[in-house]
Amino acid sequence: MATYQLTINGKQQTVEADADTPMLWVLRDHLDLKGTKFGCGIAQCGACTIHMDGNAVRSCSIPVSAVSEAKITTIEGLSKKADHVLQKAWVEHDVPQCGYCQAGQIMNAAALLQRNSSPSMDEIETAMNGNLCRCGTYNKIKAAISSAASNL
Amino acid sequence: MTVIKTKVDRRSFLKTSALAGGGLMIGFNWACSSSAEVKDPASAWFDINAYLTIANNGEITIMSPNPEIGQNVKTSMPMLVAEELDVDWKDVIVKQAPLDNAFPRQVAGGSQSIRSSWKSMRMAGATARRLMIETAAKEWAVDANSLTTKGGYVLNGSKKLSYGELASKAVGIEIPEEVTLKEPKDFTIIGKSQKNVDLDEIITGKPVFGIDYKQEGMQYAVVLRPPAFGAKLKSFDDTEARKVNGVNDVIQFGDKVAVLGNNTWAAMKGKKALVADWDMSGRLEDTPYHDSEMNKLLNKRVERPSRSDGDALKAMASADKVFEKTYEAPFLPHNTMEPMNFFADVTGDKVKLVGPIQTPAGTRGQIARLLGKSPDDITLEMTRMGGGFGRRLYGDFALEAAEISQKANKAVQVIFSREDDMTAGTYRPASKYKFRAAIKDGKLTGYHLSGAGIGRNNWVRPDWFPAGGIENYLIESSYVDSNITTGAWRAPITNFLAVAEQCFFDELAAEMGQDAIQLRLDILERAKNNPVGEIDYEPAKMIGVIKLAAEKGNWGKAESGVSKGFSAYYSHNTYVAEVADVIMKDGNPIVKNVTVAVDCGIVVNPDAAINQIQGGVVDGMGHALYGDFSFVNGTPQASNFNNYRLIRTKEAPTVDVHFVESLNDPTGLGEPSLPPAGGALANAMAKATGNRLYKIPFVKDQMVFG
Repeated sequence: MATYQLTINGKQQTVEADADTPMLWVLRDHLDLKGTKFGCGIAQCGACTIHMDGNAVRSCSIPVSAVSEAKITTIEGLSKKADHVLQKAWVEHDVPQCGYCQAGQIMNAAALLQRNSSPSMDEIETAMNGNLCRCGTYNKIKAAISSAASNL
Repeated sequence: MTVIKTKVDRRSFLKTSALAGGGLMIGFNWACSSSAEVKDPASAWFDINAYLTIANNGEITIMSPNPEIGQNVKTSMPMLVAEELDVDWKDVIVKQAPLDNAFPRQVAGGSQSIRSSWKSMRMAGATARRLMIETAAKEWAVDANSLTTKGGYVLNGSKKLSYGELASKAVGIEIPEEVTLKEPKDFTIIGKSQKNVDLDEIITGKPVFGIDYKQEGMQYAVVLRPPAFGAKLKSFDDTEARKVNGVNDVIQFGDKVAVLGNNTWAAMKGKKALVADWDMSGRLEDTPYHDSEMNKLLNKRVERPSRSDGDALKAMASADKVFEKTYEAPFLPHNTMEPMNFFADVTGDKVKLVGPIQTPAGTRGQIARLLGKSPDDITLEMTRMGGGFGRRLYGDFALEAAEISQKANKAVQVIFSREDDMTAGTYRPASKYKFRAAIKDGKLTGYHLSGAGIGRNNWVRPDWFPAGGIENYLIESSYVDSNITTGAWRAPITNFLAVAEQCFFDELAAEMGQDAIQLRLDILERAKNNPVGEIDYEPAKMIGVIKLAAEKGNWGKAESGVSKGFSAYYSHNTYVAEVADVIMKDGNPIVKNVTVAVDCGIVVNPDAAINQIQGGVVDGMGHALYGDFSFVNGTPQASNFNNYRLIRTKEAPTVDVHFVESLNDPTGLGEPSLPPAGGALANAMAKATGNRLYKIPFVKDQMVFG
């Protein structure tokens, strides 16, 4: 057990955890930030996507000891009033079905728009290919990202 | 004008009472669709299992007995009430009712929520509106028939009273004998797209799912289960598991061992540190065994066919040619994105359960028997579900949570890892279909389908297409017993039966030198005009969607480099036809677009309906392409998304949805677009590649697609 000082959604947090504990479980179980979802545990589905210094990473495969001083952003910290351009686009397109994968989809798309504000459909598909949606809302996800980009 | 009776034999289908805190409560049975269809109203109608309340502040709430699983009923059901009550739809909210004896029939059905609540929800809304009018009429001492309503107010010339002001005064007013429902042409809310009412919670990461539930001090439980179906636990050593930081307990129950920890990760590590010895001497099945058993059945005649019109075997014997094809599909795990999980707190005589479950009442009953408790001592709170696809009809994970909590004397949340979820499943069973068609003088004179699968199911739908359209018609079904747990998977049975059937008709049309659509239409014309025997579908509606899909999907029109595949299927009371466009890129087939025509009656919430249909097509195509799940010595051969492939965004086609305009009552939407999808895909791929595929998955291993 060790103590870690983390910066999560702009706030300093102190966490007591084993060094190998994935950030996913630090967020969910230690800090009660349940928006980041468990899907596969092996970085294959994208449900647990968070930002580490602005880059999309799979929190199930990032041990807490590897975070160091990196700034972590989760779906809870993406915007203050659910008004990130992607969250608004998700509402406009009424994207979710069950909704479980959507936080990961939004976080992954947010990192994409950060580095490419006008992605082509091919670029959207390539960037989003690691995020599974079992309900099959892919059509709506792509449409929402396209309209978010056009509103940037 | 649709007038609906609210009473039979002076007994009302609705009950009113005062709402705690002030206001009116109307109880009704959400699943009763109309008095005309109820054979035994005494038993069917008077189970009050849903409530509509109008509070003094004007807030309107439906306590819905049924859980939300992604099909969007939490939005579409209040739309029905708001329509008839004549309020702004945003003023109506649905609350998830906990499992309660006041709601005696809480079961989530397959694609039936809107269909079965269509009249009851509207009747409740119309009755509440009528009670508001009659209360206002008393207040003003005027004739109720002179009053109108709008936006949550009763209007009397320039005077108005809000429903909130009237609600408490309406308690005790006699329920009218009958109420008038709106005509579809007068709808202002139904038929207009309304957003998912839980959108904000979902996009901001609020803890709405079962796995998000937390009670102070609860333990996270991860369970080691037998590695194979048929294996038993001989012994285990938990020395190393107990040394893991954060692990607090190890509990054996039956052939399973649970590790309890302060957090999920500790429990997962603890489980990995367990050393177990398994007895593998029992019956351990594998895929070649299933294959050979099913093949035997396909070649044997059953004693009692599911249906026999004319003499199909004689037609085969006297045919110029018997055209025969067999299609096969494997087991499939459900793979909901939210893995199975459940919370249980067993303390003294009381049991608290919280989690995602489609069958709360049945699960509570099983847990009561397991723990030796009365169901009355058990509370069950249903959460939003991160997908179901049939898996959450089975409460095995809730039983595990209850048993572990009782044995450990602690509150626990059982969490399945993805590996647990995929390898301890309740699978879509493997199945095979052999079709034979008798062709004489260029005509289809006989049809024989033999279906076989793993587990005690009816593998056929003998009274649906092409029933009624072929003179000599024989349908048979048989099964193989197995110790592998199987169950419902989105569009049970038809999720592959439709693929096989629609591939066969494509091949048969080519064999007979006919257009694939025209062959189907000819059979349907016969079934419509002069059916052979009784049929359980409406050929005219099927013809309608086929023609619409053909038109919108440019069937018969050459498009450079595009191969088109057609499929049509009826299920869950809904008719769907699909045209898949496949192109070849670098030698690999890609499905670019799917055109879908749907007849589901009135479309309650169009954008949400399109979402369901698109999802069903992507799901059906994805599993036809990649669904690959086999057993060796009772052991599943895939366990996570690195060795089990699900369709991803690059491979998913665009899905273009067209509805048949209809004033008929709404029918199912959560499943019907899935069954035809695999057939449309296979038929297009056969044209694009020249290879006809007979076995799912169509794409093996790491082969590129898209």
